[in-house]
Amino acid sequence: MKKNLLVAVRFTLVTTVICGILYPLAVTGLAQLLFPGRASGQLIERDGTVIGSRIIGQEFSGPAYFHSRPSAAGTGYDPLDSGGSNLGPTNRALIERVEADARKLHAENPGAPVPSDLVTASGSGLDPDISPAGALFQAPMVARARGVSEQAIIELIHKHTRGRQFGFLGEPRVNVLELNLALDRRYPLGAKVKLSSSAVQSGMARGARSDSRSTAR
Amino acid sequence: MTASGWFQIALYLLVIFLIAKPVGIFLARVFNREKTFLDPFLRPVEKLVYRLCGVDETREMRWTEYAVAMLLFSGVSMALLYLIERTQKWLPLDPQKLPNVPPFLAFGTAASFTTNTNWQAYGGETTMSYLTQMAGLAYHNFASAAVGIVLAIVLIRGIARKETDKLGNFWVDVTRCLLWVLLPVCFVAALVLVSQGVIQNFHPYPSAQLISPHSVQATGANGKTTIRKITEQVIPEGPVASQEAIKEFGTNGGGFFNANSAHPFENPTPFSNLLEMVLIFAIPSGLTYTLGRMTGSQRHGWAVWAAMAFLFLAAVTTAYWAESQGNPLFHGVDQKASAIQPGGNMEGKEVRFGDADSVLFAAVTTDASCGAVNSMFDSYTPLGGMVPLVNIMLGEVVFGGVGAGLYGMLVFVILAVFIAGLMVGRTPEYLGKKIESYDVKMAMLAVLILTFTILGFSAISVVEPFGTASISNPGPHGLTQVLYAYTSSAGNNGSAFAGLEANTPWYNTSTAVAQLLGRFFMIIPILAIAGSLASKKIVPESSGTFPVTGALFSTLLVSTIVIVGALTFFPALSLGPILEHLMMLAGKMF
Repeated sequence: MKKNLLVAVRFTLVTTVICGILYPLAVTGLAQLLFPGRASGQLIERDGTVIGSRIIGQEFSGPAYFHSRPSAAGTGYDPLDSGGSNLGPTNRALIERVEADARKLHAENPGAPVPSDLVTASGSGLDPDISPAGALFQAPMVARARGVSEQAIIELIHKHTRGRQFGFLGEPRVNVLELNLALDRRYPLGAKVKLSSSAVQSGMARGARSDSRSTAR
Repeated sequence: MTASGWFQIALYLLVIFLIAKPVGIFLARVFNREKTFLDPFLRPVEKLVYRLCGVDETREMRWTEYAVAMLLFSGVSMALLYLIERTQKWLPLDPQKLPNVPPFLAFGTAASFTTNTNWQAYGGETTMSYLTQMAGLAYHNFASAAVGIVLAIVLIRGIARKETDKLGNFWVDVTRCLLWVLLPVCFVAALVLVSQGVIQNFHPYPSAQLISPHSVQATGANGKTTIRKITEQVIPEGPVASQEAIKEFGTNGGGFFNANSAHPFENPTPFSNLLEMVLIFAIPSGLTYTLGRMTGSQRHGWAVWAAMAFLFLAAVTTAYWAESQGNPLFHGVDQKASAIQPGGNMEGKEVRFGDADSVLFAAVTTDASCGAVNSMFDSYTPLGGMVPLVNIMLGEVVFGGVGAGLYGMLVFVILAVFIAGLMVGRTPEYLGKKIESYDVKMAMLAVLILTFTILGFSAISVVEPFGTASISNPGPHGLTQVLYAYTSSAGNNGSAFAGLEANTPWYNTSTAVAQLLGRFFMIIPILAIAGSLASKKIVPESSGTFPVTGALFSTLLVSTIVIVGALTFFPALSLGPILEHLMMLAGKMF
């Protein structure tokens, strides 16, 4: 018993050094050498400023941008508070939230069915993607706000639609941040677009200023 | 349900089938101390570990000493984790300057990681420093997984050996498990995960300037609503991939981030998702082959594998069916799957995974005692959410946790041959060993402790205010939340119906006790069975021996598991998820 206790203490320390210190350090070293961008979170820079991570979702407001899914992470897309809504399927709060969001979307694009991913919160609250259906649903709104044809926007969506990985894994999807950055590059917001509210204004103005290419770090 | 979804499920099961043999053979070689291709690199390290720790690698232990060594190792390493959590502010690798973890939470977390549960009442990105994550939490992912695996090996040795009281050396088994099995696979898997976008660094959290700043309404502590402008997003970083690999491969499941494997930095692509699921079932699937190989009855190993695969497919099918139906209470929403949208009940699920990869992950993580999640079970449809719950209630024996799954399954095997023995009126035998009253008593003890812990704590929590105050979803769903918390704890799973506010003194303490009971009161009877079996003589097989191979045996085994599980938990389930399902179909909200 006493001998095994002594062994237990020494064994805990030795294996902590091996598995808890040396192993993660070795993985970090190799990961940073082989995949420096991915190991650091695929941060995207525009005009020298970090504007987000390619794979962490963000909130977009105003009709000139594609919107992400509803998010339960903090006040929305807060990576320091990741998580889902955890509302149960029969919880009135969930049903009312979904139906209110669905009504709003119906008003934007009457007649088209509302894709389920646009009114449901993801598990992480940081879902970077929407379904292709979710993007196509928003095309008329964005086309109007940008003053371009709907066809042009749909083409851009198709260009940014990622199919199943290797052709069979997962679901087809559209990365919202990448799509919006492409929008800003291809169809920058000109002065002719009317700005409706101040909250939207600042968002648009920032987008309009920067038509330079964004670079992934 | 779509063809693509079914194809991915079938592909996954095929991979698990194909790796059973190579993994099983490798495990048998490692624990039989036979030669492997890694020996030239690892033998010197192994000898160094023994020298540093004062271990005599040639000495074998009786089951009681093995149990003592296991308990001492668990106790000491749990104390070290508690210490690291409580002092992290003064230790290195803490770029976010996080404070020390408060005592109740630190104790709950230490118990949870030592028992391979990884129940988390905190969000990792804002609670644990990089050092606590890697040297505290990820370390326990290695240690608790190794303990689980060596216990399964000891039980197999008990079955295979005869007329001896020696079952192996705990320190040697754990060392070989860490060096030969866990570390090499995790090292490779971690790098593959990084290639998919799982992060691995020690950077401080960068802040991103949003291109579309927006305003949100926030209600302050004084009840006043204020408009807050959000212009930036702070992005957490950390050594995630190295922890992610062992989190899955050791069936631990404790996320680096609060959102666990739903988080894009933990599970960025469908391929990383597939890899994580394969890592979870790799050892449990392989161990069935090891069982066959070490006991000299390969067909018995496959019979156990088949019983597991059957229960697994049943679970996946039920959950997939339930989730792809969508939520009938959502009006005016298109929930049909098509070429351009995943469809189904997408609340709590990621677009890149859709329903198929979400329910598959849910079934895998709860069939194993893993508990990692890539979607939120609390928001599943009632029957979809019942599947993970039932999986854990059945004892996580469907492939199961590393080691824990196999030894849990062998408890049911003993019960199955006992029941068969009663039916034909003969003393039950298992692979040449007579199963006597002591063995059956120990097996029943392992089964009863789970039942007692789950139902006992749940009963207290749904009548006392300190329990009900944490329930976040009204109606029958609230009962399911509590039931899930103790099922997950006692089963050492660690997944949650996460709406339940678990960071309270009552839940932190009671779930920790449930975890310790569920782990050690399971392990000790198992070791006792191993000791008892090893000391027995081999009885030659006769025409009256009930065969433990083939479809008849697999069917009996499945029936035993389902009957024990159903008899125990059906009343509770009917008041929770089943009632909620019926109410939902009737259009009722709470």
